[in-house]
This record gives sequence, structure tokens and C-alpha cells, in this order.
Amino acid sequence: MTISKKESINFIPLKTRVRGYIKHPLSLVLLLLVIGAAVIVVGLVAILIGHLLIKGVPHIKPELFEWKYTTTNLSMMPAIINTLIITLLSLVIAVPIGIFSAIYLVEYAKKGSKLVAIIRITTETLSGIPSIVFGLFGLIVFTTMIFKGYSIIGGALTLSIMVLPIIIRTTEEALMSVPDLFREGSFGLGAGKLRTIVRIVLPYAVPGILAGVILSIGRMVGETAALIFTAGTIAGVPTSVNRFGHTVLDVTGSGRTLALHLFELVQNPQTPTDRYFNAAYATAVVLLVLVVGINALSSFIARRLISKV
Amino acid sequence: MITNKIDIRNVNLFYGDFQALKDVSIPIAEKEVTAFIGPSGCGKTTLLKSLNRMNDLIADCRIKGEMLLDGENIYGNMNVDILRKRVGMVFQKPNPFPMSIYDNIAYGPRTHGIRSKSALDEIVEMSLKNAAIWNESKDRLKKSALGMSGGQQQRLCIARALSVSPEVILMDEPTSALDPISTGKIEELIFELKENYTVVIVTHNMQQATRISDKTAFFLLGEMIEFDTTVNIFNKPKFKKTEEYITGRFG
Repeated sequence: MTISKKESINFIPLKTRVRGYIKHPLSLVLLLLVIGAAVIVVGLVAILIGHLLIKGVPHIKPELFEWKYTTTNLSMMPAIINTLIITLLSLVIAVPIGIFSAIYLVEYAKKGSKLVAIIRITTETLSGIPSIVFGLFGLIVFTTMIFKGYSIIGGALTLSIMVLPIIIRTTEEALMSVPDLFREGSFGLGAGKLRTIVRIVLPYAVPGILAGVILSIGRMVGETAALIFTAGTIAGVPTSVNRFGHTVLDVTGSGRTLALHLFELVQNPQTPTDRYFNAAYATAVVLLVLVVGINALSSFIARRLISKV
Repeated sequence: MITNKIDIRNVNLFYGDFQALKDVSIPIAEKEVTAFIGPSGCGKTTLLKSLNRMNDLIADCRIKGEMLLDGENIYGNMNVDILRKRVGMVFQKPNPFPMSIYDNIAYGPRTHGIRSKSALDEIVEMSLKNAAIWNESKDRLKKSALGMSGGQQQRLCIARALSVSPEVILMDEPTSALDPISTGKIEELIFELKENYTVVIVTHNMQQATRISDKTAFFLLGEMIEFDTTVNIFNKPKFKKTEEYITGRFG
């Protein structure tokens, strides 16, 4: 059995509502403001994506996905591969360091110690620094001093430093959200600190930690400023020949990511209808799909992990 | 002669500058139920938690005096993890881990190095049976423990404490978050547990203390006012403060 709207005693007819708004005009103003804000936000996103799709999709052509970049095909395939390599490398570096730091801060460091306060302020400051500053730091340390030139690994290291604060903060939040009851329960059974953290605390915190990782991936895939002076702008996957004569990936070589590829394409055109410009739009669509895809995949993984708990 | 399982001798405990326990001495007999009663903030939970060194987790907690388990100093060379295996704990709020019922029980034995599937199966079944929750859980061992009711969760936590075959079980107001029926079940269970285990229980509920305990210690403002058999404490208390408290005149 269902109750019709008219029958329901908690149904407020339009007349009553209008009368209410006449009595309290300010609440009507507020209502309109709130709806207006929502419409603007949704509208802007829709226009942005719509514009990108209309301008970009018609120019997605097979030659844009050829393995080698030339000035005739303007292929983005090397850039896609570089993006994946740099993102993966940065994650491999930043995720363990970030998670371990957060574990130290939450589980091991003495509450209210000076050191913890200093580390917290440092991470907060780091997360507020514009990415170009990380780029300049990378230029001096990785490009000039260590790798003597632009390199994928230099770019990855720069990005790791950039996302480290995000990973530390979100992991800290996730660990702090684990109820102390669980820790006490585990200690009470004679489990040590390490076992308690690995078996009880971390599994519970995984979804929160993953959220931070997803956020970092988004930042890294879309990053340009931190990479121009570190990974460089060569439009190919860097390779070298090893001692067996095989051509292999060389992370000490320069290579541009998708976002940087887009940036470089826009630098080129003479007119807005130029083929460089069209390729740039097509690249933007792929970049968008890549980011949305990664987010969807990660939240799928996160949901699987939560339902297991 | 009944031997003392735990001997608490002249214990003083400080949280920073605040003295939470003042010169407390209590002998706790083996295979009996000893109840700690007293108003909130009197130090009974503090004393309970220092028996398996759960107070170590609190910064600024300093203890003076002696606590012996089978004559061995708890705060001496004893390994803390082994101590907590021997002296298990059940908490005020049921706190099953966010994992399956089976894994909740198997967590303890696994911690202490038991890996074989058949041995774990046996421990899980025994523990659940001893905690009187086997019938309700045997068909859902692989399901999350968080899907159980509060009372079931608390009995699961008792089963979890039993899984590492402890000698002493500490209970910190184990029924304060439960309904009367679940409380009744847990009280029955405690009565059965004293066949094999030494039980120390903190309770706010005076009827509960009379129903289940053999000895009772009454605490007030960090001092242990009176310790005697439960019958004596509730029928002919020696001190006026004890009498006033158990008759509900303050607290």
C-alpha cells in the first residue's frame, strides 16, 4: 500500500509554502541564492566539458595515437606513456614515505611533542606552495645537480615531493579516525604495536588513505609547471640501448607528459584553427577521460575494500 | 588455603600531578570473582587497567608499589605481550574488530603464533562455546562481527578474550552498554567462567556485584575504603562510607 501525496499529513501544499515565503521574504531570497549557486556550478562544468568535447572529439584521429611523435602526426601516444610512467614512479616513491610518516606521526610520536608540531607545520606549508616553486627546486636539485639534464626520474621525484603533504595529511586523518577501542582490543590480547597497526589500524584506514592517493594522482596527471624544468619537453618516450643491444626505457632521459604535451601544442599555433590547436583539444579530451577514468577506477577499488570490511 | 592469583600491594598511581590511587592493597584470590565498586572517578577502572598494563598507553601515568601475578612482578621483567595474554580484558563498550566473527576470535591465537587451520578452528569453536555464543554464531562465522547486536558483540569480545587461554579476565563495566536480557546472559556467563578463570570486574551496578561476585572492594576518591566478602560488604559493612554508598545515599 502506498500513500498518495494528498493523503499524506506531512505534505505541504504550494499555497502554504508561498504564504510562508511572503511572510518571510528573506528565506525566499536565500532559497533563490542557493539554487542559483548550484545552477552556476553545474552549468559551468557542463559548459566546460561540452566545449571540450565539441571542439576535441571531431579531431581525435588514429594518427594522434601512433607510437612515434612527428610534426606531421602530432601523436600524443608517447605523452600518454610518459604520464603513466611518471605517475607510477612518483607513487612508488611518495606513497610509502607518506604513509610511513603519517604512521609515525599518529601512532609512534609522543602526543603534543615539539617535533610533531614542526612536521605538521612543514607539511601544511608544503601543501600551500605553488607547483612552479617545486619545479624550480627540481630544476636546481634534480636537473642541474643530480641528473645533469631533464629526466623522467627527476620529474617523478619533483612530483613526489609535491604530493607528499597530501598523502601525509589524508593518511593522518584516516589513521586518527580509527577508534582507539580497536587498538585497545588488540593490545589487550597481547598483540604488539606493529601487529596492531598492520592488522587492525591500517585495514580500517585504507579507504581514507586511498582517497589521498587518488587526489595525488589527479594532481600529478594534470601537472605542468613542476615538470617543464625537470622532466623536460621532449615529445617521445626516452630510451637507450642496453649492453645486450636491446632498446629499453631510460628514465634518466627527458619526456613530456600529456598535460605538458597539451601546453606545448598550444604554444605552437598561429591561428585558432591551426592543426596544432585541434590536436590540443583532442589531447585535452583524452586527458579528461584519463583523469575521470583513474578516479572511477580508484573509487571502485575503495568501495570494494570498504564492503569487505 | 586459597592462593592469591594477584597481589596488589601499596599501589600509588599518578596521572601527572593528580593522584588517582592512594596506597591501595588488595589480594585477589584464584578462581573467584572480585568486584570493584565505587562512584565515578574513584580509581577502580584505573586499578583494573594497571593489572595488565593498559595504563602504559597513557602518557604521564606513574605507578609506585607492587603488583604480583602468581608472585611475579607485573611491572618487572615480564614481557607485556605475554602479560596481556595471561591477563585478558573485556572493555566497557563492545569492541569487535571490523572483520569476520571467525577472524575476531582467531586474531589472538594467530598473534601468539598459532597458524594451523585445524587448531584455529578448534580454538574458535571452544571460545565461542565457552562464551555461550556458539549457537548464535556458528552459521555466520564468515560474516562481519559488526552485524551482531550489542549483547552478542560483548559476548564475542569475551570469547575473543578467552581465545588466548588467559588465567585472569579483567572486565571494565562489561554490561553498562547493554539491555537487561543481554546483561543477564553475561552475568550467567561470568558465573560459569569462574570455574576456570579468575575474574576481576568493575561495576556501577550494585545488584550486579551482589549477584556475581565473591569479594568486593569499595573505592572512594582513589582510596580503597573496604575489602571483604561480598556478603559482608553488603550486609554488615564496617565503614560508614561503604554503608552510605551501598544504600544509595551518595554516589
